Amino acid sequence: MSETSILSVRDLRKVYRVGDVDVHALRGVDLEVARGEFLSVIGPSGSGKSTLFHILGGLTPPTSGSVSMDGRDLLAMSDRQRTDLRKRTVGFVFQKYNLLPTLSARDNIRIAQYIARHEGTDDPHFADVLKLLGIDKRLDHKPRAMSGGEQQRVAIARAIVNHPAILLADEPTGNLDTENSNAVLNLLRDLNKRLGQTILMITHNPEAAAFGHRVVTMRDGRMVHPAA
Amino acid sequence: MINKLVLENLRHRPIRTLLSTVAIGVQVCMILTLVGLSRGFLQDQQRRARGIGADIFIQDSGASALSLSVGFPEKVIRFIEKQPHVTMATGALMQSTGALSMVTGLDLPEFQKMSGSFRFLHGRAYEQPDEVIVDDYYARQHNLHVGDRLMILNRPWRVSGIFEQGKMARVIIPLRTLQDLTQNNGKVTWIYVKLDSPDNTQKVIDYLKALPGMDRFRVLSVQDLVSQFSVQNIPMLEGFIGVVIGLGVVVGFLVVFLSMYTAVLERTREIGVLKALGASPGFVLSVVLRETSILAVLGAVTGILVTYGTKWLITTFAPGGLIQEIVPDWWAIAAGIALVGALLGAAWPGLKAARQDAIEALSYE
Repeated sequence: MSETSILSVRDLRKVYRVGDVDVHALRGVDLEVARGEFLSVIGPSGSGKSTLFHILGGLTPPTSGSVSMDGRDLLAMSDRQRTDLRKRTVGFVFQKYNLLPTLSARDNIRIAQYIARHEGTDDPHFADVLKLLGIDKRLDHKPRAMSGGEQQRVAIARAIVNHPAILLADEPTGNLDTENSNAVLNLLRDLNKRLGQTILMITHNPEAAAFGHRVVTMRDGRMVHPAA
Repeated sequence: MINKLVLENLRHRPIRTLLSTVAIGVQVCMILTLVGLSRGFLQDQQRRARGIGADIFIQDSGASALSLSVGFPEKVIRFIEKQPHVTMATGALMQSTGALSMVTGLDLPEFQKMSGSFRFLHGRAYEQPDEVIVDDYYARQHNLHVGDRLMILNRPWRVSGIFEQGKMARVIIPLRTLQDLTQNNGKVTWIYVKLDSPDNTQKVIDYLKALPGMDRFRVLSVQDLVSQFSVQNIPMLEGFIGVVIGLGVVVGFLVVFLSMYTAVLERTREIGVLKALGASPGFVLSVVLRETSILAVLGAVTGILVTYGTKWLITTFAPGGLIQEIVPDWWAIAAGIALVGALLGAAWPGLKAARQDAIEALSYE
């Protein structure tokens, strides 16, 4: 892992069992992401993108290899440590927004702070982020009263409120129309540019992938064009 | 923030919240009503026993304060009357007329010499063998007025008077008539003894117990008698209360289990989101248990309030003999029972939620 690298993946493998069959989802992935980089991972369905996303997000442990994120070794982490990783080190943006339907936009963001024990911290800088995302006037609305684009922008705010080392976005425009897709992608690029937020975005859409500094392609559990 | 999430979850499904609350409330109400009825019955018995005005009560040794053994020859009354410090003695015959109701046969003039006159709110004392007097509580519940006909022991009686409650019994008929009807001629259930001074009560009790042949009788002071009106002395009541409490726990368990199980299934994706945000299994479990605790508290408050309604219903519609007390000292106990049942019911759904795999949960449709 170089000095500027925030994520270093070496020979990452993941095997999981479906019935009696072992499925090799990742077959030796190598990846290096620099601090402040906006990286797009592109690939067809079944290429292992989502499995990589889940491992990097600490949602599931790898089978073998090494993953170093912000100086922490994911392979050696216990469940508790991976839970802790999700609190502070990574932020998630999902295709389906995944906001809690019972809470307002503000509370969807606050609950992420609460879980990470950041609640109560007055962050005027974050108010600027909310303005940048264009949701500062929509914070008291519940998800059902918001458009898909607005919901996704709230999800982005929730993902970065705890200042994660890396933002993982899994098909963030998959449920949006072209206009909203472009708005969300521009916002991600703005966040990366203005805040230096490291972003790893998974997508199957080449146009969306082009918003990143760099695009890597996955196929059959491997990087076809690994960038190091 | 976690409490806000819990409250919003409850608000999000108002019908489920309402039904769960009502079901837990019914369980709490069931317990409080049963305890209230038991206590009301016992306190009423105590109040009326004190209203007799006797210093000593004598009963067959095979009976208890709440059972109706007959077997006293009336001549024992005359024997007791001759003992030192005894100013007068009289007897009463009691006959059960239903689950919790009874009719009492009294020699009214003699009884009134001991306890003072009945205070008649309407009418007068009975003068004919087929006349009955009832207290105002019984009259109100049965909508009785002076001159009305009342069926007791399969025969009609005419209400001659309605007296103020708190003395002896609710339904009183002439002693001789009751003895004839029940083929207990010359027999009584209780003997009531008035002394020259209440200060001599213990001394006379000791004296009477020492007399030859008195070992087949129970000789009690007012305090002794009143202390016997307890849940333990009503056959099977304690066990019955235990069964109702057990049923309450089971009902609470099942209701909350079903409610929280469906809630956890419905919120599978949300649980995945919380886990993705870094929520620990303990956090997820805590959300479920807090939600359950709020349902239990709401249910307990509902149950307590409903007991006021059941009291009104019983007072208004139930037959004579049923009195429900409000029992604040049992509120916390009943709420605790509801909480235990609810938490037991939430335990498995809560653990299921806590152990939910985040990836599976996030892909749940």
